[in-house]
Amino acid sequence: MKSSQRRLVHALTAVFATGVLAGACASADPNAASETTAASFTPQPQDANAKITVWTDSTRLPSVQAYQKANPNVPMDIVTYDGSADGSTYLQTKVQLFDRTGSGWPDAVFASPTDVTWASQPTSPSAQAFAAPVDEGLVPADTLKNFATGSLAPCQYNGHTYCERNDIAQVVLWYNKSLLDQFGYQVPTTWEEYQALGDKVAKEHPGYLVGAIGDTNSHESYFWSAQCPAQQLTDAKTLRSDLRDPHCTKMSGLLDDLIKAGSVSKQGFFGQGFAKDYGSKVLMAYGPSWYGQYLFNSAFKTPAGQIAAAAPLKWQGESQTFTGNVGGGVWMVSSHSKNLKAAAALTTWLTTSDDNLKAAPTYPAYSPGAKAWLANPANKDYFAADVSGPFQQAANEVWTGWGNTKFSDATAWSSIVLPAVTAGRTLTETLPAWQSEIASEAKSVGYTVTTK
Amino acid sequence: MTALDTPVVVPARRATVRRAREGGLSGPLFVSGYVVLLLAFGVLPTLYAVYLAFTNVRGQFTGLNQFLRVIQDYRFWPAFGNILVYLVFWLLLIVVLTVGVAIVLRSRMPAPVSAALRFLYYIPGALAGVASVLVWLFMLDPSVSPVNWLLNSLGLTTFAEVLAPGHLSLIFALIAFWTGAGGWIVVMYGALNNIPQEVLEAARMDGAGPWRMALHIQIPMIRKWIVYMVILAFAAGTQLFVEPQLLQTASLGRVSPTWSPNQLAYSYAFQHGDFNGAAAISLVLLVIGLAGAGLLVTRSGLFKVDES
Repeated sequence: MKSSQRRLVHALTAVFATGVLAGACASADPNAASETTAASFTPQPQDANAKITVWTDSTRLPSVQAYQKANPNVPMDIVTYDGSADGSTYLQTKVQLFDRTGSGWPDAVFASPTDVTWASQPTSPSAQAFAAPVDEGLVPADTLKNFATGSLAPCQYNGHTYCERNDIAQVVLWYNKSLLDQFGYQVPTTWEEYQALGDKVAKEHPGYLVGAIGDTNSHESYFWSAQCPAQQLTDAKTLRSDLRDPHCTKMSGLLDDLIKAGSVSKQGFFGQGFAKDYGSKVLMAYGPSWYGQYLFNSAFKTPAGQIAAAAPLKWQGESQTFTGNVGGGVWMVSSHSKNLKAAAALTTWLTTSDDNLKAAPTYPAYSPGAKAWLANPANKDYFAADVSGPFQQAANEVWTGWGNTKFSDATAWSSIVLPAVTAGRTLTETLPAWQSEIASEAKSVGYTVTTK
Repeated sequence: MTALDTPVVVPARRATVRRAREGGLSGPLFVSGYVVLLLAFGVLPTLYAVYLAFTNVRGQFTGLNQFLRVIQDYRFWPAFGNILVYLVFWLLLIVVLTVGVAIVLRSRMPAPVSAALRFLYYIPGALAGVASVLVWLFMLDPSVSPVNWLLNSLGLTTFAEVLAPGHLSLIFALIAFWTGAGGWIVVMYGALNNIPQEVLEAARMDGAGPWRMALHIQIPMIRKWIVYMVILAFAAGTQLFVEPQLLQTASLGRVSPTWSPNQLAYSYAFQHGDFNGAAAISLVLLVIGLAGAGLLVTRSGLFKVDES
């Protein structure tokens, strides 16, 4: 036994010695690989009759089925998946594996805007970027021009456009008009008025809420709208994260004040039991355009005719209003597709045709489609007042300083900031920990990080 | 491992060889199915992981650079720290409680009660891993939990408060104990049954009470089973993945997606596309598992044939 142990030790020493001696061997840094980004792509041999595989989320499934019905001669294989919602990395995982096996990619896929960041770059030196540049002969430039200002920003990389934006989730101020009228309050137009109203609600109508910060995406509603440079891409490889910026500290101070007062909840709107316990107590919610149908109508079951939207808030003394964006989807065409034409025709129909967009479940990014959507009474029946004005205004005010990074912005917020706030610390106290987590995440995927 | 066995096995080997000849091909045939599966899904993937861990994405030899790189990852030490705390809770719970419960069931209970309790303890183990986590999601959420009075009395009123980072190791240890303990209680009970009645009688005659009996007769005599349980529990514990992964989703991201080393490896492979780094983390886990098992096996003489 003794001798065998000694032998084991010798063997291990030998292994480690070889390893250390091999110090001169190749670098283990995988990010060195992505330096060799190829801007152009080599299409597969095309076949106009090749079947296209389409991955869609369940919300957009009816649209894809409608296309199939209208175009029965297009051979299609429709697959439903989670659509990359809630920070899912299913698509990314699968594409990594397809890149290794060399087959299996879907031809067209619905995904989240953050997916385009990795999809527009090769996953390894031997791989080809998953997304095809749609501006290279697949979608006319005139069509791309008609998407709402800034809505294609997540699609753009190295001067090319890698996706078509399906819908935008511009942040607006949601309020319960019936309650607000009953309490005799005015709709705020600046953050300062919002804070004052929140303090007033806490005193005069304790229990009622003007916001909540406990969702995985609450930071996109508040800190993105506040123009807080939490994760700003100064170029494709450099990330600026400065949570000491006044825009960030003003917002964290505002929220801390209202959390303390009790009119902003530490829980999430979509958290367990929130709808049951507090759904009817939500006076205001600062959040994306889909809150109307998916939060108030579906989750809170607020009766029709009570909820209305107002334009985004701005800081007092600032001339321009900016807002955030919480999700929204994109359609990508695979660069590996054998039938690029059919795939691009599908994604273009889905993202730009009035036929599809007028009844779309969420607000279309394509401006003419958005007009058709707003003209459809079915999309606005539920609300107490016309949402067209605030929606259209907000759609063009989305701040472009919040980068679509290769890592999910939800991780640091949900796993570092929210547990700290739940444990009783203030947001302002937690900003340094948040920044350091963002910086660590960014460095781990190869960004150079600046904090100035 | 063969080296360790050699001195004891030598006399036995001749007999085995003879028996193999007598049995013809039936022996090898019986194990062949398992050997093929073991090679295809156990040994070859491990070798592939070794290859990946010592090369980079271009297939160049990197020496220990992959290991150095993952060790420097900001999530590496927290993940291993989490799993260490979890292992301490989990191994303590499982060793003390399963052995204790088995001894009580064996020595201090009427047979029918003991049988009924063993069956009850075993039920949670019959639930698959995912299902048992789902049960716990309900147990831990004060808004739906049947024991929310208990959670409330601990000052926990929301799911988010229950899932505070400091509670997670204990929560996972409780889930693991709840699903795993029943099976081990049954095994320990069986082990206790193997102790010859005369030995226990003799101890009783010499005036040993229940405590002395447990500490000086029963536990030493089932030591090998306890070691065996610790080895398996340790290996399974370092591999923790399903529980934190599910809780991460169910808590809407409040649990870090890289809470355990296995999750970190998963995120390396499937989010960053860095299979080499993932393989390096897996090998670190493999080495820890082997070292733990090796230590316990050599210290306890688990495979000493002459003793039995």
